[in-house]
Amino acid sequence: MEYKDYYKIMEVGRDASADEIKRAHRKLARKYHPDISKEVDAEAKFKEADEAYRVLKDPKKRATYDRIDPNLKSGRTFSPPPNWNAGAEFSGAEFNDPDGRVFSDFFEELFGRQRRSAHTESHAQFNSRGQDHHAKVQIAIEDAFTGATRSVNLQSPSLDDYGQSHLTQRTLNVKIPKGIKEGQQIRLSGQGAPGMGNGGRGDLYLEIHFNPHPFYHTEGRDLYMQLPVTPWEAALGATVKLPSPNGMLDLKISAGSNSGNKLRLKGRGIPGKQAGDIYITLTVVTPPATSDAAKALYQEMASTLAFNPRVKMGG
Amino acid sequence: MLKQIVLSGIIVEESSAFTLDELSRACGKPEKWVIGLVDEGIIEAEGGDPRHWQFHGYCLRRVQIIQRLEADLGLNLAGAALALELLDEVETLRNRIAILEQ
Repeated sequence: MEYKDYYKIMEVGRDASADEIKRAHRKLARKYHPDISKEVDAEAKFKEADEAYRVLKDPKKRATYDRIDPNLKSGRTFSPPPNWNAGAEFSGAEFNDPDGRVFSDFFEELFGRQRRSAHTESHAQFNSRGQDHHAKVQIAIEDAFTGATRSVNLQSPSLDDYGQSHLTQRTLNVKIPKGIKEGQQIRLSGQGAPGMGNGGRGDLYLEIHFNPHPFYHTEGRDLYMQLPVTPWEAALGATVKLPSPNGMLDLKISAGSNSGNKLRLKGRGIPGKQAGDIYITLTVVTPPATSDAAKALYQEMASTLAFNPRVKMGG
Repeated sequence: MLKQIVLSGIIVEESSAFTLDELSRACGKPEKWVIGLVDEGIIEAEGGDPRHWQFHGYCLRRVQIIQRLEADLGLNLAGAALALELLDEVETLRNRIAILEQ
């Protein structure tokens, strides 16, 4: 089990006052909130700060935590000393967590596994539909064009007969419907938490996100991309191969095109009732002048074309 | 060999609607709280009185974000609504930048 330095996580000193801890938590919560931050590990940092705050805001828990050797380095293996928690009282009710949040092993070793009041109700004759679950799923942009079946690994907290929470792993094969957009959710009926008594299972919601792609970027059903072209393709016009999630397409470049020109392929974006478009921005790439022949060609252009792109700048 | 079961779902944002009961269940909050969101103009309901309300699928994501902002950052409803609108704007701008920088 790894030792967690809650003071370091909260970015406060070991002598921080309750107010300082509260302020530090508010600041971190805003900074790393998964709905606000775009940092990759925002969610992990948010949960870590939340766990640290739960301990440090509570004088009893903080005192228990402070009894552990502060010289332990974060991340080092930790074993609680015998009777470390003598005298500290924690009632199960303190750990009610409506989100079914799961804490680190370190937290659970110190303060016990969270218990949830819902469990006690399950002994009574009580019928209630299970909770809906939510999860995020990363797919390839191409999957939105063709539809796909993807296996999704889910971890969900579940309660055993003693009211202790455990992480249960399961894998579902899910059909990704053709035409799905970034951020949309798929509802899978009856794949959420089990109900109580005669209540049915809740639903599972999967929020779809696209993996970053080296060529493509989407906005709604539209696909954006840059396409490199040669100076002669741009100047003289050409038909070039365009890689698209649907395979190679032929793209006609009209004569006199230039870097920054935008082309639209209507209806070639993500399919749907109203299919998206593909927007292409041309980038003219000049060939390197490494050989004598290439240098001669550039010199010939310089003398024949008499072209000054800075003329409007007075250059 | 185990037979592989493939689950099919519906795209929430494109499905017709949630009732008040369904939306409140999907986000695990009481109906009264959802009604508060409608009063604040954060989501729109169609159809007369709350018993016949229908919410468009895209409301769910908005409701979930509001719920998390309230619970995690201690924002009140008006503050969370303002944050949501600003987040929408940031999202649009980030997208624009990503396209321009590509």
